[in-house]
Amino acid sequence: MHLNSLTCHELVEMIKAQTVTAEEVVEHVFRRISEVEGKINAFISTFNESALDKAREIDEKIRRGESVGLLAGIPVAVKDNICTRGKLTTCGSKMLSNYIPPYNATVIEKIEAAGGIIIGKTNMDEFAMGNSTETSFFGCTRNPWDITRVPGGSSGGSAAALASDETILALGSDTGGSVRCPASFCSVVGLKPTYGLVSRYGLVSYANSLEQIGPMAKDVLDCAMLFTVIAGHDPRDGTSVPRRPCDYTKALNDEIKGVKVGVLKEFFAVGLDERVEKSVLNAVGILEDLGATCDGASISYLEYAVPTYYLIAMSEASSNLARFDGLRYGFTAKCEGDWNEVFSTTRGEGFGGEVKRRVLLGTFALSAGYYDRYYLKALKVRTLIKREFEKALSKFDVLVAPTMPILPFKIGEVIDDPLAMYMMDIDTVPVNLAGVPSISVPCGFVDGLPVGLQVIGGFFDEEMVLKVAYAFQEHTKFNLKKPEI
Amino acid sequence: MITKEVVEHVAWLARIKLSEEEKEKFARQLSKILEYFNMISNVDTSNVEPTFHVVELHNVFRDDEEKESLPQEVVLKSARESEDGFVKAPRIL
Amino acid sequence: MATGRDEGLDVKIGLEVHVQLTALKTKLFCGCSANYRGMPPNTLTCPICLGHPGTLPVLNRKAVEHAMMVALALNSSISRQMIFFRKNYFYVDLPKNFQISQYDKAGGVPLSTGGWVEFAVNGEKKKVRIRRIQLEEDPARLTYPGTITTSSYTLVDFNRAGVALLEIVTEPDMETPEEAYFFLQKLRSIVEHLGVSSENMQGSMRCDANISIKGGARVEIKNISSFRDVRRALQYEIIRQKQLLRRGGAAKQETRHWDEDRQITVSLRVKETESDYRYFPEPDLVPVKISEEWISEVASKMPELPDDRRERFTSDYGIPEYDATVLTSNKKIADFFEECCKLYPNPKKVANWIMSDLLRNINETGIDVAEMSITAEQFIDLLKMIDEELISGKIAKRVLREAIRTGRSPRKVVEDEGLLKISDEKMIAKIVDEVFHEFEGAVADAKRDRKAVNFLVGQVMRKTRGRADPEITNKVILSKLEEK
Repeated sequence: MHLNSLTCHELVEMIKAQTVTAEEVVEHVFRRISEVEGKINAFISTFNESALDKAREIDEKIRRGESVGLLAGIPVAVKDNICTRGKLTTCGSKMLSNYIPPYNATVIEKIEAAGGIIIGKTNMDEFAMGNSTETSFFGCTRNPWDITRVPGGSSGGSAAALASDETILALGSDTGGSVRCPASFCSVVGLKPTYGLVSRYGLVSYANSLEQIGPMAKDVLDCAMLFTVIAGHDPRDGTSVPRRPCDYTKALNDEIKGVKVGVLKEFFAVGLDERVEKSVLNAVGILEDLGATCDGASISYLEYAVPTYYLIAMSEASSNLARFDGLRYGFTAKCEGDWNEVFSTTRGEGFGGEVKRRVLLGTFALSAGYYDRYYLKALKVRTLIKREFEKALSKFDVLVAPTMPILPFKIGEVIDDPLAMYMMDIDTVPVNLAGVPSISVPCGFVDGLPVGLQVIGGFFDEEMVLKVAYAFQEHTKFNLKKPEI
Repeated sequence: MITKEVVEHVAWLARIKLSEEEKEKFARQLSKILEYFNMISNVDTSNVEPTFHVVELHNVFRDDEEKESLPQEVVLKSARESEDGFVKAPRIL
Repeated sequence: MATGRDEGLDVKIGLEVHVQLTALKTKLFCGCSANYRGMPPNTLTCPICLGHPGTLPVLNRKAVEHAMMVALALNSSISRQMIFFRKNYFYVDLPKNFQISQYDKAGGVPLSTGGWVEFAVNGEKKKVRIRRIQLEEDPARLTYPGTITTSSYTLVDFNRAGVALLEIVTEPDMETPEEAYFFLQKLRSIVEHLGVSSENMQGSMRCDANISIKGGARVEIKNISSFRDVRRALQYEIIRQKQLLRRGGAAKQETRHWDEDRQITVSLRVKETESDYRYFPEPDLVPVKISEEWISEVASKMPELPDDRRERFTSDYGIPEYDATVLTSNKKIADFFEECCKLYPNPKKVANWIMSDLLRNINETGIDVAEMSITAEQFIDLLKMIDEELISGKIAKRVLREAIRTGRSPRKVVEDEGLLKISDEKMIAKIVDEVFHEFEGAVADAKRDRKAVNFLVGQVMRKTRGRADPEITNKVILSKLEEK
């Protein structure tokens, strides 16, 4: 049996019942990694030794009858913009290619406290800026369903690792769709939580006011398990919301009779691949068959979501990425000169093209005379878009839409046209602007390429989002289909 | 329109050294992107407050209690260069 | 010295004062100790204050309360909701290459706006308006082997990075360097009385000044490290700008650097200007709402301020207002005065001795009041020695100077140097005999003219280095003259 191809909920039972050991699970995962990494390139680094040590500790605890956590012995792959103490955290950038954080992100502490085992760090678009994982300093990750295509991004490594059974669970981060896009492209499940529900402490900031760490998994139950572990208030994150802990797995049942589903009309407009549209509309039909009531819902201002999102994200990024100057940590250019020269050369050599583009434009948008016209204006349009979601979600329990308007594209096909890349985020960025939760769940295949259904819920209503996604999954079983690598 | 001169100024503010080729490429690309972004000026936002935080929180504090600091060697190990416990930086002038 | 007002020149001086909240245990946004003085470099840092990626700031509640106290003491109106902004610029001392600060434009709300400080300048009352007070983080400390211009590299100590700092900006209400100096004295006394910042710490209060003279633009002077230098830098700048005017020119708007070694201001090429800072609200910090109740709670915990203390000094101790103003212009001196009054029944005498001798000697020796080692007990011991006629008032002044200079107690100085008054008649008689022997002519004169007696008394004093009791000496000389 290939333990690495099982799910978290299956494996936890087996590990706790001592039918398999955590050590075996980790071994299987690393065996798989060594088999397919040459084709997939999902990982930037792997921690074989420390993972096996941890696994043996868990096994020992179980043998002694001690209590172990919700994720006992489960391998977790972590996006490389989440800090791991003593372990390389590169953000997919040359700038941090040698960076070893002296501290752990809160989510890492929570996962380890629950018995989860960090097996490695996954590839990503540089500083999470992209939707194809092509901007990584460490080379592109390939889509396990077709290795000539992108896995989506920016959490492409995490999604590809799940789809190719190189891990059991994974963490991503979602600033404008970076969890949901690769989940959709790789046929896995990815949740963007309500802003403030998961601590951002230790997540390398790209655009603070938009992003959340999100759980990624092979099915909805696994996703709910990982989410249960990582969600919750953190005093180290001043934007973290104090709420009572919740076991999100309890919300899952396939009973969605009477659930009001709003189908987002504007998300089915121009730019949507017809084949994707067909797939998603088919999914809406299935939800109706399951007893949900589906109706048209509307989000005005959608056409402004992409510029609004990018202006905010680029502006914040230009400031967030200022700290990378090579002085205290990270890459330093070998050059002579005063501090201006050394800083500028370091940043000129350390950042890739997409990062430079966003930092430059963000710097421009915040500069004198443009602040009101761009950054502040974008924040006002954000208010309008947020209101649209609140309005729609007052009528519906969830809203559904395609996750991505297109199928996974060929590596290198779009990368030279930044604006075209940005436009692909049209269905995911509005959710980050509004701050509400949203999940991408597999909803079919077109010519062997995955399609994702996006289920969006109200503030802090992850339970409803997970429940609808779970019901859909249990009746469609797209999650069980595996790629041939 | 973002000219090469604007790119140079912004790159200076952001302390990113660019090649001549990059300056021209970015001037072209950023102009095109900005032209598209300009569409948000069509939205009427009079009487609309900006959203700085999507979830309304206020008065998040910590107590004035000491936490352990990092050992000096950890700080210096990851630094570019060090001397006598200080982080060594390039000259100012 | 250009201490008086330059009529017709229309000098306008404004100050930007940075006050470290040194009473806090930890930094503004992280739990590292804020008590960095005397610590080895880079030993009080964490991923947050080092600006490591992924870290987030969390605001120190007490810092806000201490800042509120200062705002209340300066009659500044506290904002109901304040927010933090990022001030974006690159520099070697800024770990994140932006500073978390506050802003009063672009929708920014600083801690407080408005207010005033009233103080005395050479007996005259002066009021300076406050524009705003904001809370921000201190940058790291830089040192340059050699000087900033010649050093081939820079050394950075991040211990100071992130320490809570108040920026207090005044309106350009001061007209002389003297006024700026006394404003700063008063401000320091206020923050010390509040217990939020201690003078006893190098660099706990730093100041930038701006100055304009009729017809010229506003010139900013940075890098001034002491109050005395604020006065000097402004004096220098007035002379420089006056000369420009005389030559038919005018000062242009610029930032100048105070060169402490050369005691001049030099033009500083600033690459980033206010318009380049790209201020925007800090997304990682949520707004701070300040309720009436919170303000009252903080106000109720506020200790006595210098003005209240001055009033109390005049009523409780019956000293003149001028004395009370001088004594309360420094918390340590005011505390010292009160301690002395507990040990000694004559407050006016204590006040006189503190003002005319203690403070003068401290100023002359260049010792900081904060470093003064003499205790109230020792000081009163000195006054009592005068009362008990163990030493004369004149000797006492000498003893005090020596005590302050060397850090010995006055009594020890008296003992070490054998300064006790000589009241023993036999001993004095012996010295008088010596004097009579040496100055026979003077003795003859004295017999005829009593006025010449003073010369003989003076000679006894010279021989005893002023220690002989003048009355007894006089008596002995007169009786010896009678005998002759």
